[in-house]
Amino acid sequence: MTQHASPPRDSTGKVPSAGAPPVRRSLIAHADVRILSLLGVLAALILIGGITRPDEFLDTRNLQLVLTQASVIGVVTVGMTFVIISGGIDLSVGAIVALASVWATTVATQEYGFAGILFTAVIVGVGCGLVNGLLVAYGAMVPFIATLAMLASARGLALQITDGRTQIVTLPSVLDLGERDAYVLGVPPLVMVFAVVTIIGWLVLNRTTFGRRSVAVGGNAEAARLAGIDVRRQRLYLYLLSGLCCGIAAFLLIVLSGSGQNTNGNLYELDAIAAAIIGGTLLSGGRGTIVGSVLGVLIFTTITNIFALNNLQSDVQQIAKGAIIVAAVLVQRRTASTT
Amino acid sequence: MPELTSRRGLLFGTAAVGAGALLTGCTSNESSDEPAANGQPAAADKPGKPVTIGFAGPQADHGWLNAINDNAERRAKKYSDVTLEITEGSNDTAAQIGQIETLINKKVDVLVVLPADGKALTQVGLKAMRAGIPVVNLDRIFNTPQAYRCWIGGDNYGMGLNAGHYIGRKLKGKSGARVVELAGLDNLELTKQRTQGFDDALKNYPNITKVARQAAEFTVESGQAKMAQLLQAQSSFDALWNHDDDQGVGALRAIEQAGRDGFLMVGGAGALSAFQAIKKDDGVLKATVLYPPTMAASAIDLARALGQGKGVGGLAEFEIPASLTLYSAVVDKENVDRYMPTGFK
Repeated sequence: MTQHASPPRDSTGKVPSAGAPPVRRSLIAHADVRILSLLGVLAALILIGGITRPDEFLDTRNLQLVLTQASVIGVVTVGMTFVIISGGIDLSVGAIVALASVWATTVATQEYGFAGILFTAVIVGVGCGLVNGLLVAYGAMVPFIATLAMLASARGLALQITDGRTQIVTLPSVLDLGERDAYVLGVPPLVMVFAVVTIIGWLVLNRTTFGRRSVAVGGNAEAARLAGIDVRRQRLYLYLLSGLCCGIAAFLLIVLSGSGQNTNGNLYELDAIAAAIIGGTLLSGGRGTIVGSVLGVLIFTTITNIFALNNLQSDVQQIAKGAIIVAAVLVQRRTASTT
Repeated sequence: MPELTSRRGLLFGTAAVGAGALLTGCTSNESSDEPAANGQPAAADKPGKPVTIGFAGPQADHGWLNAINDNAERRAKKYSDVTLEITEGSNDTAAQIGQIETLINKKVDVLVVLPADGKALTQVGLKAMRAGIPVVNLDRIFNTPQAYRCWIGGDNYGMGLNAGHYIGRKLKGKSGARVVELAGLDNLELTKQRTQGFDDALKNYPNITKVARQAAEFTVESGQAKMAQLLQAQSSFDALWNHDDDQGVGALRAIEQAGRDGFLMVGGAGALSAFQAIKKDDGVLKATVLYPPTMAASAIDLARALGQGKGVGGLAEFEIPASLTLYSAVVDKENVDRYMPTGFK
């Protein structure tokens, strides 16, 4: 599952080429080492949680809780991973989630019921992604600037729509999806969506031409162009994909919180980027895995959970979170270089 | 990419605009229910000397701040002798300073200022006072009393105190009672003050222990997330104080999702949705402690009195007070109807 999509430029021979089955000879592939070290970090966290609060932490309900809390930011991170792999960045994800969540929960939208809310959330996400993609790919704008502009205007528009008010969802069909009765075999629907998005993301990145092209564009855009890839179209699609993920995440957030608010998705961009980086995605593009990013998200969510269960306050949480990011990256780099 | 494929760009652009047009119909938030009215009677005295009041507040990105603007505007409309010059709200200190300076240059009679950051706006408050324009400082206090003629605001410490006493009385006689606190944004001093008040009140009730505290961020999303964790951490407790009704929407959602009850929840601030839940009385939310947005209406009253050189009706003084700390009343089922019109969305 942890196969690594390799760029054309830094294939050292150890790295299996994209599309091939995982190679395990005397050496374990780089990506697998990364994933293993992430799993190690996660296992260590689970150990800490299990020792400090055994009854509350090692509990089915807690597992459901952690996965549910991870699902919204997890879906965003899958989209972000694609964008970063292609050498771009999307700073607007949090703002898009906010805009999509408020647009989909206005009084007017709610009249259209479940489908209206879902449709609006997804379309607003895709629409914002389209604008980002056009600006970056065809407007030749630096992704940092284009998506920063989207961040500002999407947040502004979200504020304009809500007028600062909390829009409460009154539709039982939407709310019920977040209740325990909706769990299938103990799995919350939100977690199922997260799982499906992850699997599709993995398949697209590792098993399709689209995925290989994304890696190629991030590895070396000029080489990709010479190889016959329409780099601009590829970039457009990638921001569309990120927008789509934000739209889905916005819907999940509406179900989870039963409301839409212009403050939603606060600093999601940083959380998603941090999770992708911890997961081994190269910020300069050309390398990254969906599994790594998702593990990154799970590590963050588990940390938050353990802190909350042990009643540690925000100041301690923030300090520890920063330290853990640094530690995780250092450990990863060391294990990767000694292999 | 130096060249621009304009035709395709145009095509995509048109498609985007089309999709946008399709959706714009969905942004309407008009609902049939009336906006929160301001029920209290205006000062009973007859119209006096015309007063122009300049009002500058932060960006209304939160239900409570939105209610502040509403209250100020509605109150000003009630007086035929008051003209209100209201600025576009801003969270940017520099922008707000600019707006206030514009109001000073316009020579308004009185200024009402709710600073985005009290300390950072002290200088412009001083400038107005030196220019002979009295300043009514709303809620977030300036660094020095020289920068305002009158301060009016809420009582964060009192909010915690009253929430603690309410819970203490409700849990009277229950031995080993466990209380949980869902605080607001921990970066803010007001959150510390609320928690301090709450802790001080609980000291009067030896049967009560505060077993957990987590800080959310005044947003529904964070309220849901932190409350879900608190519920998982504490398999049973008797009472919960949540600092803010906006994040309370999320907290209530988490409580519902976890299928938990058997405890008493007290909110904070005074949102309409909280009042409605208290009135319905079918959930855990039994009361909320006010941080009244009506203070903006009172600030207009004070500014008018200042402009006309009068005192406050009902008090013996010839002048308005220098400082006015509002009471954080506890709203529960008994008195919720009275406060309902002041609830904000």
